Amino acid sequence: MQFGIFTVGDLTTDPTNGQTPTESERIKAILTIAQKVEEVGMDVFALGEHHNPPFVPSSPTTMLGYLAAKTDRIILSTATTLITTNDPVKIAEDYAMLQTIADGRVDLTLGRGNTGPVYPWFGKDIRQGIPLALENYALLRRLWREDFVDWEGEFRTPLQGFQSTPRPLDGVPPFIWHGSIRSPEIAEQAAYYGDGFFSNHIFWPASHTQKMVRYYRQRFEHYGHGTAEQAIVGLGGQVFMARKSQDAVRNFRPYFDNAPVYGHGPSLEEFGSQTPLTVGSPQEVIDRTLGFRDYVGDYQRQLFLMDHAGLPLKTVLEQLDFLGEDVVPVLRKEFAKNRPATVPDAPTHESLKAQAAVKAAEARANGGKGAAFGLTSNPASIGI
Amino acid sequence: MTTRKLAVISAGLSQPSSTRMLADKLAVATVARLNEQGIDTEVQAFDLRDVAQDIMNNMLTGFPSPKLEAVIEAVTGADGLIAVTPIFTTSYSGLFKSFFDVIDNRALTDMPVLIGATAGTARHSLALDYAIRPMFTYLHSVVLPTSVFAASEDWGSGEGKIQTLPDRIDRAAGELAALVVTSDRSNRVLDPFALDASFSPTGGFQSN
Repeated sequence: MQFGIFTVGDLTTDPTNGQTPTESERIKAILTIAQKVEEVGMDVFALGEHHNPPFVPSSPTTMLGYLAAKTDRIILSTATTLITTNDPVKIAEDYAMLQTIADGRVDLTLGRGNTGPVYPWFGKDIRQGIPLALENYALLRRLWREDFVDWEGEFRTPLQGFQSTPRPLDGVPPFIWHGSIRSPEIAEQAAYYGDGFFSNHIFWPASHTQKMVRYYRQRFEHYGHGTAEQAIVGLGGQVFMARKSQDAVRNFRPYFDNAPVYGHGPSLEEFGSQTPLTVGSPQEVIDRTLGFRDYVGDYQRQLFLMDHAGLPLKTVLEQLDFLGEDVVPVLRKEFAKNRPATVPDAPTHESLKAQAAVKAAEARANGGKGAAFGLTSNPASIGI
Repeated sequence: MTTRKLAVISAGLSQPSSTRMLADKLAVATVARLNEQGIDTEVQAFDLRDVAQDIMNNMLTGFPSPKLEAVIEAVTGADGLIAVTPIFTTSYSGLFKSFFDVIDNRALTDMPVLIGATAGTARHSLALDYAIRPMFTYLHSVVLPTSVFAASEDWGSGEGKIQTLPDRIDRAAGELAALVVTSDRSNRVLDPFALDASFSPTGGFQSN
């Protein structure tokens, strides 16, 4: 199972001292936090994409490209990449480039974005959010899987004989997660393609996440990608820790009370009981997180939201130490218990490469019958 | 005996509240009308004041607390709704509107709704028709032709005036009862595994 953090990259005033970092301080802090993820032994760093203040990460592949050089092991991911307002051609190019630079340590979480005006700023209509997500992703897949693409759709100028470069590393496109808070269409899309489904999880009650994940798993099986329990599920989480619970609550409360998303609304206690937010000792975080499995089944990726609401860099790094030293090692051990052998790990570049090689061998053994229909299971073989 | 469910929403703030008094009178009259037709009525009445913070929290977080969810389920799963608000600054109170703002905008489609309002003076009575009626029309509810407005003087001025408030209450109750009789809303079997109304096709956070 993979553990990591995801960040939306908000630039928020620290409510305890009224100080606001500059944009450059915040951007550098995010880069420091990402490297800390590797240092404390976690697996994934996922960066948001936004095009409006108070968020700083408008250019994720620039930041992730830097991190590719500075890290050796962690998977660099997104949370989320805007499949609606970005040109799928540019996504195909940017992330294939990043994939090569990072030696395959890249996957993406696609989302539709949370800010209405971003759509018109990029010449799109928010009412077309779902159709945009579906069409753009269908094109993105083709750009990574076919060397030359002829294409015509609703939302983008047509393509004739277009080749997206660089080609995916080893002929294996980055693994895709589809992120959603509440749209069953996105769970359906993830299931249709046999891609991963990442549930934001942290803003809504667990019963809601349970329904969405169950739906995705059913549809995954329906489309023949495996059994429901073999579907690839990721969850968000949100924690704040101190050795003693009371200290965690006292220290986090001012950040909670003023947080951009839920601040000035429910109390910390109410929100904590109604959503997965856990503020307490490392042991409390362990217990709560292990409980996620009870309602979504054995899953593949757990990301935590740690740097938000104006928490200073020093505090965030301390929190990552808690995760790396006290929490994640126990979670790895406990989640491995009673996990059926048939439940796969989250796909990585290496596992996808091996899978593609097996399929290519099978295709050769079948006398290349599939190719008669212009189909091939190994994208790299086209044009060779 | 056949049973129907009636939900009553009052946005009154004081204790006792004339808004709640009007809501109760409307409910009692409706129950009596249904009883005449051999129908047993289960009434669930709510003062929105009791869930005022929950409503605002829902506005901010996008989901209802368990306490508010119970109220929303009782309202949307009823065969008829009596909704009464005080008139503040020429319109429904903010609390009244906020409650309907956090309910899924498809959940009250076809719902028979009897609207009522209270105010200090009869000069506000048209608020029912220029503010409250259009809101329920937008929600695709069936708003009864008779709406009931009660100004302070309607609660009893003596003087041998014609008692119009009881007449209006009775006429409105008759209209509501006629629709509640034929409603099957409360008998609809809900699929516990169905994706609920919060699974919005526009998804994501609220746009801002």
